[in-house]
Amino acid sequence: MKNLMNIKSQSRIADHIYEMVLEGPITSGMKTPGQFVHVRVPGSTEHVLRRPISIADIDRGQSRFTIVYRAEGGGTTKMSELGAGDTLDILSPLGNGYPLEANDHVLIIGGGIGVPPLYELSKQLNAMGVRTTHVLGFNSKKDVFYESRFKALGETHVATADGSYGTEGFVTDVIRELRDDFDLFYACGPKVMLKVLSETMDLDGYISLEERMGCGFGVCYACVCEKTDGEYIKLCTEGPVFKKGEIVL
Amino acid sequence: MNSERLNIRLPGLDLKNPVMPASGCFSFGEEFSKLYDLSHLGAIMVKAATHEPRSGNPTPRVAETSSGMLNAIGLQNPGVDHIVEHELRYLEQFDVPIIANVAGTAIEDYRMVADKISKAGNVRALELNISCPNVKEGGIQFGTDPETARRLSAAVKEVSDVPVYVKLSPNVTDITAMAKSVADVADGLTMINTLVGMRLGRDGRPIISNITGGLSGPAIKPVSLNMIYQVRQHLPDIPIIGMGGIADTDDVLDYISVGADAVAVGTMNFTNPYICPELISDLDRRVEEMGLAHLHDIKGRAYKTLQGSGFQ
Repeated sequence: MKNLMNIKSQSRIADHIYEMVLEGPITSGMKTPGQFVHVRVPGSTEHVLRRPISIADIDRGQSRFTIVYRAEGGGTTKMSELGAGDTLDILSPLGNGYPLEANDHVLIIGGGIGVPPLYELSKQLNAMGVRTTHVLGFNSKKDVFYESRFKALGETHVATADGSYGTEGFVTDVIRELRDDFDLFYACGPKVMLKVLSETMDLDGYISLEERMGCGFGVCYACVCEKTDGEYIKLCTEGPVFKKGEIVL
Repeated sequence: MNSERLNIRLPGLDLKNPVMPASGCFSFGEEFSKLYDLSHLGAIMVKAATHEPRSGNPTPRVAETSSGMLNAIGLQNPGVDHIVEHELRYLEQFDVPIIANVAGTAIEDYRMVADKISKAGNVRALELNISCPNVKEGGIQFGTDPETARRLSAAVKEVSDVPVYVKLSPNVTDITAMAKSVADVADGLTMINTLVGMRLGRDGRPIISNITGGLSGPAIKPVSLNMIYQVRQHLPDIPIIGMGGIADTDDVLDYISVGADAVAVGTMNFTNPYICPELISDLDRRVEEMGLAHLHDIKGRAYKTLQGSGFQ
């Protein structure tokens, strides 16, 4: 599970957003979109907790995968300073990803740093012949990333909260104007977005949640969430992807 | 690995080596058993058991701090009956003694849990959790008042089939008073539990939903070393399992040097899930390199004078 991965490249792709390509044999175990890796902050024991980061792109042929993350605090800032030739200690792959269902047309909805895992999801759905429409929401123009990548896979709409790019408003403002019929939605983003989607979408869907994690593999009981039947379950091992309505948001 | 220079015998415990995962950082071992053979470990301190199942605190339950972390899980566990029937039974396949952590909110709770769990075949000792800082109903009072701690320890000892180690809280003004108070009833001490702490978010409010959490990790190692050193001056013979921020072999040696008999590794199991087996093999190599016949040849070297101490 623990592996030292080689960093092939790293670049800043939006404001505080970094894309890192890693290479190593563990990539062969990555199959389901929506799974995550747990990254140890390099250096000392100053940062004792790993950072859970979703997998954005898997290239099993080259044993490479891509993560996209926001450099927000001290730990991720340290990660952002690494480059080609450096190594990164990761636990992988963790969690349960999105079920791939053979539908005609699905809606993929991402918010901010929730967008990355949806790219691999869309890639795999398209490979199955599923038509995908993407709606991506960001705060501002400077935060937008991966628009062209999603466009290459299907119709893609971008919304920004401040209106500096694309539709002004939230993903729900874009979705309201869509006229297509969808069979299912897949979403990842801030809890408030997932909550609104779960309450307003007249479709079944899968959502991916985020919570502060300790171990990442079911030991510490830090990242629990409440199921609608009242049970507390661990997000890292039972999620992070859940069916709409399964979890109290 | 079974190296004689690392073997340690403590009440109820025949340890292949002095390294064990600390309670709460290893769940009940099943997840780790998929990473390595648990039989390599000196022992396993499993997650706290309470009489009834507990769902724990709301999230966020953890926050990182410099060289440490805060947690306020709130003793989430499936209850002692489930633990005895499932979690402990799963561990029977491994050749490793289990130290069961017993928690509660009233003396009677503790007694019921101790009575049941001490009868499980692989449980060789109890760790009395009188010091969990994250349970509001009263755990902390047991751990901060010497007389209450002694009474609770005696009550649990009465019903336990195996030796009882009392886990001391560092959140006291006089750790030696606590240690001395329980020493005549306890078979051993484990120290220390987490230190109560707080971290604020950018919004100026505590990140952890419980407001406070227990601080663990390398940040607390100096506090723990000092407390064990102090207690050891007053209680030269009581078994002590030391813990707090162990991250490498030097840390293990430090704990033995201040007088601990064995050590537990907590937070660093999250940072590096393979830390325990890595420490065990490295420790053996180091002890050999140092030319010691046994790890305990350096036990207490922090306070012993060189003269007559048997080492240089």
